[in-house]
Amino acid sequence: MSTGVEIEEKVRGAWLDGVNPVTKLVLALLLSVPLFASIDVVSGLVAIGLQLLCLPLTGLRWGTVLKRLLPLVIFAPVAGLSMLLYAEPAGRIYWSFGFATISEDSVSLAIAVSLRVLALGLPTILLFGRTDPTELADALAQVAKLPSRFVLGVLAGTRMLGLFLDDWRTMGLARRARGVGDRGALRRFFSMAFVLLVFAVRRGTKLAMAMEARGFGSGIQRTWSRPSQLHARDGVALLGGAVIMALALAAAVALGTFRFVWS
Amino acid sequence: MTDATPARVQAAGWGWRYAGRKRPAVSDVSFAIEPGERVLLLGASGAGKSTMLAGLAGVLGDADEGERTGSLLIDGAAPESRRGQAGLVMQDPDAGIVLSKVGDDVAFGCENLGIPASDIPARVAEALEAVGLEVPLRRPTEALSGGQKQRLVLAGVLAMRPGLLLLDEPTANLDPEGVAEVRASVERVVDATGATLIVVEHRTPVWVGLMTRVIVLAADGGLLADGSPAQVFAEHGPALADAGVWVPDQPLELPVLPAAPDAAESVLSATGLAIARTSRTVVRSGLDVRVPRGNATVITGPNGVGKSTLALTLAGLIPEQDGEVVAASPLAGRGGRRPFRWTSRELLTRIGTVFQEPEHQFLTQTLHDELSVGPKALGWDAARTASVVDALLERLHLSDLALANPFTLSGGQKRRLSVATVLAASPEVIVLDEPTFGQDRRGWIELVALLQEEIASGTSVVAVTHDAGVIRHLGGHRIVLEQAS
Repeated sequence: MSTGVEIEEKVRGAWLDGVNPVTKLVLALLLSVPLFASIDVVSGLVAIGLQLLCLPLTGLRWGTVLKRLLPLVIFAPVAGLSMLLYAEPAGRIYWSFGFATISEDSVSLAIAVSLRVLALGLPTILLFGRTDPTELADALAQVAKLPSRFVLGVLAGTRMLGLFLDDWRTMGLARRARGVGDRGALRRFFSMAFVLLVFAVRRGTKLAMAMEARGFGSGIQRTWSRPSQLHARDGVALLGGAVIMALALAAAVALGTFRFVWS
Repeated sequence: MTDATPARVQAAGWGWRYAGRKRPAVSDVSFAIEPGERVLLLGASGAGKSTMLAGLAGVLGDADEGERTGSLLIDGAAPESRRGQAGLVMQDPDAGIVLSKVGDDVAFGCENLGIPASDIPARVAEALEAVGLEVPLRRPTEALSGGQKQRLVLAGVLAMRPGLLLLDEPTANLDPEGVAEVRASVERVVDATGATLIVVEHRTPVWVGLMTRVIVLAADGGLLADGSPAQVFAEHGPALADAGVWVPDQPLELPVLPAAPDAAESVLSATGLAIARTSRTVVRSGLDVRVPRGNATVITGPNGVGKSTLALTLAGLIPEQDGEVVAASPLAGRGGRRPFRWTSRELLTRIGTVFQEPEHQFLTQTLHDELSVGPKALGWDAARTASVVDALLERLHLSDLALANPFTLSGGQKRRLSVATVLAASPEVIVLDEPTFGQDRRGWIELVALLQEEIASGTSVVAVTHDAGVIRHLGGHRIVLEQAS
């Protein structure tokens, strides 16, 4: 069973597993926001390269990362395409049709934007590739001090998503069985979406009752059987993130490719 | 379980009316339950048994949710003020689990009650041991079987060390193995803790040996009976049976159908069949199965063995992974004899499927429209459609509800409607997935009688079931799926 494999993978602890999920959230921001300052090939490439070097710390396998990157790899060029065609032309003009012009400048911009999409997506994949939702919720409530009612409510709700997926599949089969599966896909979609909504409300009500019956929201000060704390390692992780960003931007400046977004 | 004190429960003229409803769900209930008593709470469907338990668990809510009368006290205090003193286990195993790992879920109640974190691991271990659930604490809750899930919910409740255990049809949705597991766990727990126990359950033969008292709620308020099990069943047995309760030793007045003759020709058959719910994860392979015409075919086997998947594959709803389901030649559609190749409309008059959850197959706002879906898809004219629909409503005792919304029906009514929607197109074969799950005695009898009528009129019935009564009364042919090792 796949779940058994996941447990095993988890047991072989990785360095990043010891970093608090809230730190990971901050780290994800730290590794992406500075990249918005410039659109150039060098900073994006350096950031991607350095982050991939950190892969052993995350405990993720190359295959897993590549598989999760795939959607980004497919969609990044789509973002690049608009730049390729519609960026302000400069340098040599290769091709032109109506408003669309491919110039030396637009080519390099297109590559830079595509890389940037990858560079922005990669940290999330690396940081949260094996973060357990329960651990994240514990950290959000205990470290980030978000209201525990809200955090635990959302956490319990996410468990329902798998059930909804099964519902959806079964409803599709049921529509075929009832003779309305040949035509009207759009109408079928909305009728199924409506029933799913009914199920969602009902399941939510039952879940709330089950949680309440176990003392949730009783006004008693809650304890946490899984304490979530910050350690020295969280500081090291943040420092590492800052270094990666500094190196990426410095490389771009040093090579003269730094190009401030608003200029 | 050292510091759990068995609770005393006292109701005095208690009642509850949900906001927006005219009639109270429960009214004028009075009783006193002493610490350590084990009470089976019975009543016709709609008599308010679940509302009673929710009231005792303190989860009915405040004046916005409804209006209460009289008083209901646990150890002299309102249930809402005694969090953790009453533990509730509900019917749907998926509804009671809150977190995604076994250990975390058991700890959830303790955390909410503010138990010091250092005490929680011991309580979790103790509770899991009490229910006999020996799985790693990190095991994902979704990987558990139905019986294991209910025992996990029970453990989560026990970890709070309640003095009162409330079980709302805890075994209605389980296979026989799960029923036995949960029944044994509950017995161990009450023997060890001495906690007061209140169980709501239609299937009384399972529980009656454990119980010291039976209380029956009357449908129109108050109590119908209150006494020892032997006394209540002797005095009110037939009346309870009519109200839908499975009373011990009340005979079923239904014929037992014979086994299918070996010579019966097949309406559906397959050799070397491999089945999978979603592509790539094959659950069974190398199956040789056949469905004899004009008989019942009962598919049995333990949970997770692929019974439903086999039924849906035979019904032409999911594709075979290997081998091929072949229909008898008179059934051939334009796409040939393989049901999965038929169009949805072709399927309608050939194979009808009743899903485990009736609501998955409801499409319209009224019962009348719901039954018209099939006939309309077949292009029947208004007169023909109306005569079929009216006859079905009559036959299934749903005429008064023709304009009601299918989602508002009771469990038994929903089940009958889902069968009726299939019958409307008079298919040659009817496939049903666990048709008697969660049905009370009355609903059960009506359903089995209906299937027997269909078999008598020449329809082939395929039923996935755990229910020994269904297997016995439908007779016919059996497909037994063994646990693949």
